[in-house]
Amino acid sequence: MKKASFIAFRVVLYAILIAPLFLFGLYAFSERWFFPAPLPTQWTASIFTRIITNSRTTAGLSASLSLALIVTVLSLIIGYPAARVLGTKVFRGRSLAWLIFFIPTVVPPLAIGMGLNILFLRLGWSGTMFGVVLAHLVPTLPYTIFTLSGVFSRFDENYELQALVLGSSRLRIFLTITLRLILPGLVVASLFAFLISWSQYLLTLLIGGGKILTIPMLLFSAVSGGNPTSIAAYSLIFVAPPVIMIAASARFLTQHGNTIREQY
Amino acid sequence: MAPAILIISVLFGASILFGLAQSFGMMTGTQQETISLAAYQSVFSGQGPAGREFWSSFWFSLWVATASTFFSAIGALAVAIWLSDRKKKSQQIDTLALNWNMAFPHLVWAIALLLFFSQSGFLARLSATFGFIQTPAEFPVLVLDRFGIGIIIDYVTKEIPFLTLILLAVLRSQAENLDVVAENLGASRWQQLRFVTIPQVMPALSAGSLIVFGFIFSAFEVPAILGVRYPRMLPVLALDFFLNQDLNRRAEGMVISFVITVFVIIVAILSQKQEKGTQQ
Repeated sequence: MKKASFIAFRVVLYAILIAPLFLFGLYAFSERWFFPAPLPTQWTASIFTRIITNSRTTAGLSASLSLALIVTVLSLIIGYPAARVLGTKVFRGRSLAWLIFFIPTVVPPLAIGMGLNILFLRLGWSGTMFGVVLAHLVPTLPYTIFTLSGVFSRFDENYELQALVLGSSRLRIFLTITLRLILPGLVVASLFAFLISWSQYLLTLLIGGGKILTIPMLLFSAVSGGNPTSIAAYSLIFVAPPVIMIAASARFLTQHGNTIREQY
Repeated sequence: MAPAILIISVLFGASILFGLAQSFGMMTGTQQETISLAAYQSVFSGQGPAGREFWSSFWFSLWVATASTFFSAIGALAVAIWLSDRKKKSQQIDTLALNWNMAFPHLVWAIALLLFFSQSGFLARLSATFGFIQTPAEFPVLVLDRFGIGIIIDYVTKEIPFLTLILLAVLRSQAENLDVVAENLGASRWQQLRFVTIPQVMPALSAGSLIVFGFIFSAFEVPAILGVRYPRMLPVLALDFFLNQDLNRRAEGMVISFVITVFVIIVAILSQKQEKGTQQ
């Protein structure tokens, strides 16, 4: 009895997890679906094809993808040294550094974006990719640093020292020792940087000033348009990269012992 | 270390500084050159254009955040206890399933609920198919409702997996032995729960709940999609006034955004205190 209810519970849990994709699929590929039909009476892929191939969408996709990739790479490059120091060293002002990285994870993008809006407008960075990338770094960089510093706090630097003593070059040590040891954490950190940037709506809106049109912005305008088919189509386009990336990095997510504290 | 500190502190510091200046009515695009507390006054007194909505928005935000956090915490506790005493293999699958939730950002989860719960949505169609209702209007208003039920459903379903992961991490790292000890000493299943398991996870649960509360109080996307015109949650109100055609309204939007910021920082400090308590 207990076993049966446990299985039922699991089935419900897993059904909820799959449900959004199923729902978006129904709406995105329906042609005729009058109330109260439980399923579409006529199906079509042409609406979805039209939406995904129109120039607004393709421009949005390339803006979103390049933005998220640039932000991820920058977060890793800038975040790596900071995370390493924060994770391995004990120094004066460590808690201050920690605080500086912690506060932006709590303060909402709304407040950050509204504050930076006027500054970037005056500097001429509004509506530029550069400005939006900088703004995205405020939430992504701290998360990257915290994820990586968690890895470095369990990291034994003696492996590197040993290789150094044996005459390895710095580059070789980094590639063959450091990188391998921190790989799971690195994957998780870049995953989060990517996801936070990819799903960012407010910062792009407030800094991009309508000139940088990303997928979340197209999705919002589809929602205010109110047509379920195009809402569902844009939702599918929007969730595709996160779904693929989470599935691909599943191995690392379960390995990575730290609890995930990210919300986006 | 220096570049990261520099980027974050300059960008963050500047955003706070320029935000404060705007809340005092400077640099909002109007010609005002002096510091003025007019925006604060009009918001808090409930008299200005933004002020008339401020207090109802504030209480609405508080209601939504409290209710969502409460039900998420209860739900997560139940799920975590349910999933805790399982074999290694299924542990990994559960962690994976709970992590899978992250593939759906809040924005898209809200849209999924909209398509599912709206009056002509999937659930309404199923109810009609089984003869419970005849027309869409008979289906109860679950999203886009004035009590924030849709928003609460969204956050609860999204935060239960989030909190469950936190609780499972605690339970899996230590609970096993104490559970067995309690059982050997003759504790009933209920006594084990009441005196062993729940006290163990309580610090982590309250720290996690505070994170959830702060997030819900300050998040924009979900109430923007699942909320109604009145009452609106504070972030929606703040952005609306900030982007208002009338530049005099910007300062009021900024004031509301500061109320949100101060509120979530206090909540975050409380959460950190809880967590420190866990480690001792």
